[in-house]
Amino acid sequence: MPPKAGFSRAKTVGYDDDDIYDDYSEEEYVGEGEGEAMSEEDKEQMAAGVIKVREALGSEYSKVKEVDIQDALWNYYYDVGKSVTFLKNKYAPKAPAPAKPKAVSRFDQAAGAADAKTPTSTGKHMLICGTESTARAMSNLAIDGEGESIASLCETLRDGLAAMSRETPFTERTARSQASSCASDYTSARTKDFFWDVPWGNVPCSRLATITAQPATHKGGLLGGSSKLAALAAKRKQKQQEEAAAKADAAANGLAADKAVALLDRLNIRDKPASAPVRDDTKPRYPKKRSETPPPPEPAPVEEEPIPEPQGIRIEFPNLRAKQPSMFGAILCGSPQDEPRNQHVESALNSFPLPYANAKAFTDADPFSKPSPDDLVRQAQARSAGAPKSKTKTKGSTDGEKLAESVEKLVVETKVKSKNLNVVDEYRNCGLKKVANFVVIGHVDHGKSTLMGRLLYDLKVVDERSVDKLRQEAETIGKSSFALAWLMDQTPEERSRGVTVDIATVPFETEQTSFTILDAPGHRDFIPNMIAGVSQADFAVLVVDAQENSFQSGLKGQTKEHALIVRSMGIQRLIVAVNKMDTVSWSKERFDKVRQATTAFFETASFSLKNITFIPCAGLTGDNVTKRVADENAEWYSGPTFLEALEASEPKPRALERPLRLTINDVFRGSGQNPLSISGQIEAGTLQIGDVVLALPSRETATIKAIELPDGSPADWAVAGQIPTLHLVDIDVVHLRLGDLLCAPTAPVRLVKSFTCKMLAFEHVMPQFVDVFRGKQQATGLITALASILDKNTGEVTRRKPRIVRPGEVARVRIELEGSAGLPLEVGGRIVLRDGGRTVGAGLLESYT
Amino acid sequence: MKLLRQQIEAKTGAGSATLLPEEPEDMWHAYNLIQPTDQIRAKAIRRISKDMGAGAVTSQRIALDLTIAVTSTDFDLASNELHVAGRVVSENEHVKLGSHHTLDLELNRKFTLEKVDGWDSVAVGMLSEACNTSSRAEMWAVVMGEGIANICLITEHQTVLRNRVEVAVPRKGKGHMEQHNKGLEKFHNTLLGTLQRDMEGAKRDAQTEKTVPLLLASAGFYAQAFLQFIKEYAVRSGNKFLQALVPSIVIAHSAGEHVHNLAEVLASPACTAKLSDAKFTRETALMDTFMKHMRLEDGRAAYGPREIERAVESGAVGRGGGVLLISNTLFRSHNLAERKRWVALVDRVKEVEGGEVRVLSSLHESGKRLEALGSIAAILTYPLEEMDEEEEDVANGVRANDEEMII
Repeated sequence: MPPKAGFSRAKTVGYDDDDIYDDYSEEEYVGEGEGEAMSEEDKEQMAAGVIKVREALGSEYSKVKEVDIQDALWNYYYDVGKSVTFLKNKYAPKAPAPAKPKAVSRFDQAAGAADAKTPTSTGKHMLICGTESTARAMSNLAIDGEGESIASLCETLRDGLAAMSRETPFTERTARSQASSCASDYTSARTKDFFWDVPWGNVPCSRLATITAQPATHKGGLLGGSSKLAALAAKRKQKQQEEAAAKADAAANGLAADKAVALLDRLNIRDKPASAPVRDDTKPRYPKKRSETPPPPEPAPVEEEPIPEPQGIRIEFPNLRAKQPSMFGAILCGSPQDEPRNQHVESALNSFPLPYANAKAFTDADPFSKPSPDDLVRQAQARSAGAPKSKTKTKGSTDGEKLAESVEKLVVETKVKSKNLNVVDEYRNCGLKKVANFVVIGHVDHGKSTLMGRLLYDLKVVDERSVDKLRQEAETIGKSSFALAWLMDQTPEERSRGVTVDIATVPFETEQTSFTILDAPGHRDFIPNMIAGVSQADFAVLVVDAQENSFQSGLKGQTKEHALIVRSMGIQRLIVAVNKMDTVSWSKERFDKVRQATTAFFETASFSLKNITFIPCAGLTGDNVTKRVADENAEWYSGPTFLEALEASEPKPRALERPLRLTINDVFRGSGQNPLSISGQIEAGTLQIGDVVLALPSRETATIKAIELPDGSPADWAVAGQIPTLHLVDIDVVHLRLGDLLCAPTAPVRLVKSFTCKMLAFEHVMPQFVDVFRGKQQATGLITALASILDKNTGEVTRRKPRIVRPGEVARVRIELEGSAGLPLEVGGRIVLRDGGRTVGAGLLESYT
Repeated sequence: MKLLRQQIEAKTGAGSATLLPEEPEDMWHAYNLIQPTDQIRAKAIRRISKDMGAGAVTSQRIALDLTIAVTSTDFDLASNELHVAGRVVSENEHVKLGSHHTLDLELNRKFTLEKVDGWDSVAVGMLSEACNTSSRAEMWAVVMGEGIANICLITEHQTVLRNRVEVAVPRKGKGHMEQHNKGLEKFHNTLLGTLQRDMEGAKRDAQTEKTVPLLLASAGFYAQAFLQFIKEYAVRSGNKFLQALVPSIVIAHSAGEHVHNLAEVLASPACTAKLSDAKFTRETALMDTFMKHMRLEDGRAAYGPREIERAVESGAVGRGGGVLLISNTLFRSHNLAERKRWVALVDRVKEVEGGEVRVLSSLHESGKRLEALGSIAAILTYPLEEMDEEEEDVANGVRANDEEMII
């Protein structure tokens, strides 16, 4: 398979000598084939392919040449099926093509007439300017009464160029016709394929616009069919053509444009005649006036237009110089001209196979198995940039850590630059104090806020002056005992009414631990706020009043309800601060009585008693809060102070490696520079400056611009357990509401609308409407079905389809949320169910839909 | 709703009634009255196309009286519009028999309703209730929390959420007090503006000078704070409408800021005093009684279609305290057999057993509570045996201490 393109060029240069010719061809073949010469595998495949093709073709096509088969195989990259189709097309008996079984339409009649005429015409060459122009001409020119030539064009389209070549009167061609008709057959097959579904009239404009000229692939007879005679003939032909072209040029300048041809020209101008080379094996059917039209700017088509020579010798050979190489040759030689052609073939057939895709070397090679050079460079850069970080890296990093790392690295490009820290390592290495958040719960007026105020005051977190100021203010409205509570209760409403309404978040530090107080409201109306506080806490401080009446009302009221909520929200550790011991003069009996009554309740509520510590104290006087009791009545007590008990409490284990979850506890304007800030506890995962977070349920993303720790110091990162303030950018304030969830965009939480949960009932539960709380976030839900009552300890079903769930029972219930949004819930997530101001139950999510 | 003409035979229930809806709520009654297969005659505007010959077609809109057999009804709660779709059953020169038409029932335009299967007791009851114009209590209610409020219009049969106000109020905290107060003020401003628009708009529509009372309900003292704000604003701005409103504002306690928290509010004395009609107060009270029996597990309460039918069969919903609570959604069922089933049950309780029957509006809170229970419930005269499967009684209260609980 010698490269034909190279050949033709060589020949036209005029190497007549066969030897030189051969040498040259060999040289060129070797030179060009270096990269593309047939490899061993190719040869094997070729051999196998030829056999298969022969089999497929059968005896009918026994005359098919081996070379052609190889050619076809090479063209179709050993696709036997395609090669066979091609070869069958090529060697098929020619008769069926013109014999249309179709009803004779007007077009067909015209076409038939044209066909009949063509041979008898003066032998003028018709110019096929390119199929796109013919298609357009079809519709346009038919109106102008040019039906004949147009119809013939249509015929050209349908029957392909082969039919025309058969009709040619130039029998002299026969020497070469074999090869060239092969080529034309091939193209005609493709042309047919392409136009098979194009309607005769009303050609869709989409089809009109995208078709480009189908250049001729010439075979040139160079596959061994070449001879000196042929070479000679080609030379002569060339000469003739050159002469003719010169004549045509001269003629074109002098003659006025014919009307019809001008019309055609108008069509052609768009089509860039240069890209529509003439096929020498087709006879242009336009009258020769075509050549009289003012030539388009490009000289090429003019040169190519064969001028009819009424009397001249009509040996027609491929115009080798003007020809583009065949597809096959182009692939071999890699001629630059073949680029658009290949594309065209591809677009025409829609299935141009990738070269060498079947070759073994190709399939074996895995170019993406190794990093690309770019990757190598980037890695190196990253390594040098992240050098200090890699030092801090611990050796035994688990899979989870790697995951967390990779999650952290997933930072979308924003204005805020991420430092790409490994937060988990940073956290382990910075030797931070342990972080613990505790919620202070208890019945209203049992002294939660005052006890916390005392704690802060004694730890010098607040200075003397501000407390004195509060005292004065409190005295002026006759509530001097509230002064310490006012450290927590800051709104005018809270102060004037003397109750806490909302959670107060106050940080303080001891030597070992940095604590955050979540001072919950005790009033039953504000339990939603209290739930929000509990959801952030590691452990709880239950404040109970030591006085009998107050204690009893608490046990019926929020002492009980709070404890149940805390318990069902998964908090195990509980410090019971028996407050106001000064009012019962530190009586041991009273303390024990309170202790017994509370313990009995805890038992029924399934608290594990080993996690509960009882501390007597007095918030107002500060006895046994941070320092020992001075009162002599209290000598019986030798246990820890309230502060010591706090420090002895272990925070919950932190899920640092899990994806980020942060519940928004507050949305506010941080400062002029930070117009939008939020605060809230990180429930799981880590975050750092530059991280992108997803807010749910609004489904909006934001970027963390800056991080502030509870004590007001800036930080680069924060981890689970901390309650940082985040300054956000790239988000509008309307998308952030209290209780919303921020999570990692790579691992978002689903917004759940209906779910099944295990529910511990605090009240009688029937199918009913409930408020479903997930922290501060809440939604109205409907308990649609009571599936079963479960055994408290084993989880086995004891009763199916109960009509009502009694307090203290555990049931599996189905809940559907109203409204469109749903709640961001995960399996294992905890919810609180409330109705009409009472907590009716607490749930543990089992599954959702 | 005004009953213009009634031709209903007492015995068979055959006949028709001509009604004139006068206020938006009447549309709700009409929605409950009109069933598929009913025939309804009303003024309609229909576009008629006429073939003028030679392919020319002219179309014009003409008003004509149409009688259609109802196939479906569509009620838009927010705008109180009722669309009744059906097929024309009386031919006239413009409209062919059997062609489709959707009637838009409008206020102050009469329509005639005829029931093919006759008017059953429930339908007659609904009709008389709809035409009882004596009690036209209505009340605006704002159920609110901090930064969130629901504005509702409570009428005899409906609680309609008219608007929802949500304003982010920053929480208290170090140095944020200013923001908290600002946020609260903004919330109050927005809420008052919205409320005023709603109330004034409704007043214009109703064309009455009567000031509708306003109920502010909240947990804690958000409502008081808002009332304070309204008072100050009314004085400061000299707004006549607000000044007239202030004396008729009632404060009530609700558990939360949700519309369904209104249930307890409506039962509260502050509310019953203002709303002259006792219908929903009675219904709420009955629901509470039902809940009480459920809680006590004395067997004197039952819910769910199957249980209730069993209870009625065994005569437990009869004289001496038997009350059948049924939501009107069951009568709106498009399945006629279903509707008949419930009508028969109601008739039986009323006529045979001598019990009380209450049809609760699904647009009211008590009705919603009932819907959650399967739209039907009953207070029984005597305890029926436990309807669940028997449970093995395990006293596991004490044992629970050592083991981890599953929740």
